[in-house]
This record gives sequence, C-alpha cells and structure tokens, in this order.
Amino acid sequence: MKFVSEFRRSELAKGLISQIHRRSKTPVRFMEFCGGHTVTIFRYGIRHVLPKTIDMVSGPGCPICVTANADLDKAIALAQIPDVIIATFGDMLKVPGSHSSLQEVKADGADVHTVYSTMDALKIAEDNPTKHVVFIGIGFETTAPTIAASILQAEERRIRNYYVLSLHKLCPPVIRALLASGEVKLHGLICPGHVSAIIGSHPWEFIAQDYSIPCVVSGFEPLDILQCVDMLVAQTESGESRVKIAYRRGVRPEGNQQALKLMEQVFEPCPAQWRGIGEVPDSGLKLGKEYQCYDAELAFDIDPGPTYEPTGCICGDILRGVKTPADCRLFSKTCTPQYPVGPCMVSSEGNCSAYYLYGEGFEG
Amino acid sequence: MKDKILLAHGSGGKLAHELVESRFVKAFANPFLAKLDDSAVIDFSGRLAFTTDSYVVSPIFFPGGDIGKLAVCGTVNDLAMSGAKPLFLSLSFIIEEGLSQGELNEIVNSIQKAAQEAGVKIITGDTKVVHRGSADKLYINTAGVGMIPEEVNISGSNARPRDNVLLSGSIGDHGIAVLSQREGLSFHTQLESDCAPLGDLVVEMLNASPNIHCLRDPTRGGLATTLNELAKQSKVSIRIEEEKIPVQEEVLAACEMLGFDPLYVANEGKLVAIVPEEDANKVLKAMRGNHYGAGAAIIGEVRAEHPGRVVMKTCLGASRIVDMLVGDLLPRIC
Repeated sequence: MKFVSEFRRSELAKGLISQIHRRSKTPVRFMEFCGGHTVTIFRYGIRHVLPKTIDMVSGPGCPICVTANADLDKAIALAQIPDVIIATFGDMLKVPGSHSSLQEVKADGADVHTVYSTMDALKIAEDNPTKHVVFIGIGFETTAPTIAASILQAEERRIRNYYVLSLHKLCPPVIRALLASGEVKLHGLICPGHVSAIIGSHPWEFIAQDYSIPCVVSGFEPLDILQCVDMLVAQTESGESRVKIAYRRGVRPEGNQQALKLMEQVFEPCPAQWRGIGEVPDSGLKLGKEYQCYDAELAFDIDPGPTYEPTGCICGDILRGVKTPADCRLFSKTCTPQYPVGPCMVSSEGNCSAYYLYGEGFEG
Repeated sequence: MKDKILLAHGSGGKLAHELVESRFVKAFANPFLAKLDDSAVIDFSGRLAFTTDSYVVSPIFFPGGDIGKLAVCGTVNDLAMSGAKPLFLSLSFIIEEGLSQGELNEIVNSIQKAAQEAGVKIITGDTKVVHRGSADKLYINTAGVGMIPEEVNISGSNARPRDNVLLSGSIGDHGIAVLSQREGLSFHTQLESDCAPLGDLVVEMLNASPNIHCLRDPTRGGLATTLNELAKQSKVSIRIEEEKIPVQEEVLAACEMLGFDPLYVANEGKLVAIVPEEDANKVLKAMRGNHYGAGAAIIGEVRAEHPGRVVMKTCLGASRIVDMLVGDLLPRIC
C-alpha cells in the first residue's frame, strides 16, 4: 500500500462521485471542521464535483487562525525579552498580532527558531544553558501530547531553561459552543482526522445524540473526503445520526490512550479565547500544578500592550462558518498571502488562504 | 590547523596563492585560468547568453550532490534555458573560516566533474574567507556565458495558444532530498537530488525542433512558480493536468508529512518546454532519448483565455488555480 497515490486514484473517485450524486436528494449543509480538510477540498476542487444539493462550509479547525490576538501578542512580547529564544512551528512566524509578527521581531534581532518537533526545542534549551527557551504551544489535541512529552523529558533530563506558552485548544468544546449558538444550521459534520487519532471518535457522540447531526471522521486525501461525504449523505438520506469513521487507517474509536495519558498528566483544562467565538469554557489547556515551573506566562513578566483588531477583517465570522472569504471586502484586495491582514490568510490551513491560492469560485 | 581554511587563505598572501594554484588551477585545468591574469580573455563572435547566480544551500552536501555540483549545474542550466551552448564559468568562493580542507577538496572535485560533464571551462574566480559565523560554511557565486545558435529564439514571452507544455521528469526530488538532511528534520529517504547539467538535453531537443518557444528550469518555487512566470510573460494561460505530472511516491509521502505541495518544491535537473503543438511529439521523443529526460511527459497546453493564469485539472476532474509560491515553504503545524 502506498498511502498517498492510492488515495488519489481518479477512477475510484469517479465511482464515489457518481454514487454521491445518485444518493443525494435532500439539500444539506456539511461542515468540515478541520483546516487540513479545507485544504484538501479546495486543492482537489471537491466542492465543484459534488451535487448542488450539498453545501459545504468550512469550520474553525485551524489552530493558528483561532488564536486570539491577545495571545499572539504574548508570544511576540516574549520574543523581545533579552536572553529568550523562541522555538515555534514555522506557520506561526508570519501571523500578525496587534502590532507586529514573530517574523518582524526576528528581523529586528529577536532569537526565533523554527522547529519541526518539540524535542528540537528541548535540544535548543540543552545547547543554550544560559538562555531561556520558550516553545509556543499552539495546536489542538494533535500537538498537545508531544508538548506534554517534551515537558516530561525536560523534567527527566533536568532541563530548567525550557518553558511553554500554552495556547492549546480542544476541539469538542468549541464545536459544542458553535452548535449551541444555533448560528449555523448543519446536517453533517466532517470530524477532524488527526485530532480523532488522539481522542478517538467517542468524544463526538454528543453531536449525533444531542443535535441529531451525523458525524464522520475523515482522512486527508481526496478519496477520504469523498468517502466521508458519501457516508454523511447515506445517513442524512436515511434519517440516521451516528458517529462513524472513514479513516480507519489512522483512527480507533478509543483514540490513542498513551497520548491521552500524557496530556492528562501534564495539562489541565481551562477556559480559552477563540478568535471570532470568544471565551469557551474548558476548551484550553494549561500546565498542571506540578509542572507550573515550565509555564512561560508565570516565569516571565510579559507586557504585550493593548490589543488591536484589524479594521474590516471578518476572520472571526469566517471561522464560525457564517461568512466566506468572498464576503470580505479586504479579501484579495488589501489582504493577500503576501500582505495578510488576518490569520486565515496566513496559515497554510486557513480558509482565506485556501480560497485565494486555489481560486475558489474560478470556473475555468 | 593545516586541515582547516583560515582567514589568511583569503588574504591574497602566500596561503591564498597556494590555495589557488595547488587546488583550483590544478583541478579546473585550462589555459585561460592557468594564465592567472586579472581577467580571462576570450575570443567571441555571435549571440552571447550571460547569467549569474549565487549558491547558499544548507547543508552543503546532500544526497545526489553538493553545493559545487549545484553551482555548475544551476549556472549551466540557466544558459541552456535560453538555448545557449554553455562555454565558460566564473566561480567565487566565500568561505567561512574553519571549513575543513577535506570538504573544500571534495567540493572542488565535484565542481571539476560537473564542469567536465557539462562541457564548460572555469576560466576565472575569486576566494574570500570571512569570520566564523559571518557565512554558513561556504557560498559560491558564479557567472556563465554561452553561445546561442543562429536560428534559435527562446524566451519566456514566446508561448502561444495551443502550444504544448512538456516537463522533463519527476518534480520535487531536489527540494525533498535537501530537506531530508536538514538539522532537526532529518528523515530517511532513498531519494536523491536531481541536480544535473541539462545542456546536452537542450541541444538534442533543439535538434528535434529549433522552434521551441520557451524553456525554463523550475528551481526554487517549483513547477507552479515557473508556469506562472511563463503565463504572465507570454500573456496566456497554461492548463495542466495533475495526473500527467510525474511525482515520485517518496516525494508525495514527504510532502504529505510536511504539508507541502510538490508543485512548489525545488528541482535542479528538470526543465519545462513550451513547444508548438505540431512539434511536441518530436521534442518529447528527443527528451526521452536523453538520460536526463527519460521521464518526460506532455503535461498540458497553452490557452488564450484568462491570461496570466495557471489552471490545473485535478485528479477528480475539477479545475483549480495554481498560484505562485508566496514566501518560504514552511512545515505545517499539525
């Protein structure tokens, strides 16, 4: 099995597409929660091959996009403290906070390293014992266990100059908040694949039970998404609402117990600010009491100054699925990937970036 | 410290002379360089192609090549893409103090080998050594000149509607091979950089049809960026088909892991040719007959509507825009 090209085979895709066309009778709206799915949908033009009865909307599942400006400002302020080295995933560099970005303060002399894994950040701390290394902990349940593991490693190896700015977010609580608001009417949810690889499919049950919305966990290849849409259509047409997995090669119903244990050991839930959505209870992770010495917010005196939101940017509405980038008057005019105004244009998994790069709406 | 390059090796004094004479002049042996005058003097008549480039690749050794081979191939390929026969190169080294003599030797040998394969002579050069930390081991700057045959007229602005778009082989090999060696990222792959001189391939293509409209090597920014440049320069649109673009399975897998699109990953031994429809099969056959074009394919065509746009038919049969690369390729967060 090749795992990539086999999930892009056009003859299989054509079969699935015609099956979806045959099955789909009632108009429905499906949301893909995850930014990775949004990219696959745009990159392969999936919206264009689905029947008119299926309306697809993108959700808030891009960790960078949902990070509030006040939190981005904290990361940028930390970078400007003398003797602090920032370690971050590459995507974060370009994201504009209220006044600047990590990329800009780096050009002004801040020590900002792009890393590919938290263990690389730990290595930087080990190699620079006179400096303080702060890892910018942004991400969902997918990344949180790796950060928990780095903290346990730091503990074991007695690395005392390693800190985490914990801006982690949890997916099920925010979906609950979205659905409870009633702002977007959904008939099906494409559940995130990598998040579910960690938490399993059980945490989505409340959506099927409390809101009668069918849920299918999907992988990230075009055939995965098509199969997932087909499974959602099968449920909506038969009036079913259950949680199913269309990504068996990555996700088990019970999730990854070892990863979950790591998270539980190191973090505890806390309220978190989501861009466009506001504060959602128990949707964030902070370091547990035993590990507070690694908490960058407690270790440093951070002064990010007043928060400022760019005028005219509707990233918040887009993240809630109530508006699309096409509704934004800045989109592709003053806000482009070269000169982004809002985070959804910066992140490779952002809705605006996908719209822009893949020319959504282009009929060629 | 005899095994290390010192600041004195770039000072113009005895050590510098020793380095130039015992290493460079010997390795790149040719009468132009051997004179050691301030400039190389060459007789020339006809249409001249002239290019320059700098090489700062990190790490300096990677599977399938090194910074030296890359410098020769990159410069030679820029000349070949205007239809020129590459003839002469200049070579400037900017060396970080402390580079091992062994590593420098290895790179000089690889430059010599690549230049020999490409049929070019290195006829002038310079060496500077900078303080530790002021450069990352070794940078190379080159210039190259070549001669363009009479009947050849190749330019990025020559693409015409109905022309075919040809690609000489699989994309993304170089970028992924180099990334696989980066500190903090290293992953295991059998993949090697495609770094290669394409002068002979171009000569064989021009023998098949002198009417080739555009040639370009999709280096940084990848195939997507090159096609966008050509579409904009020629004020046409380019329509490609995803299923016709050759990509190795390892490249696909690495791209998925890192969140990249192979269309944007760098190549160093591939070219894109835009050719009149009636000549496309002849040129394709010539490409496939050359070692460096064995995997060549017709990947799309030129159209008049939507000038400046590159559109791709995806494997699902839908169409989408292919934009230029913006900024750097950065690995994604999850």
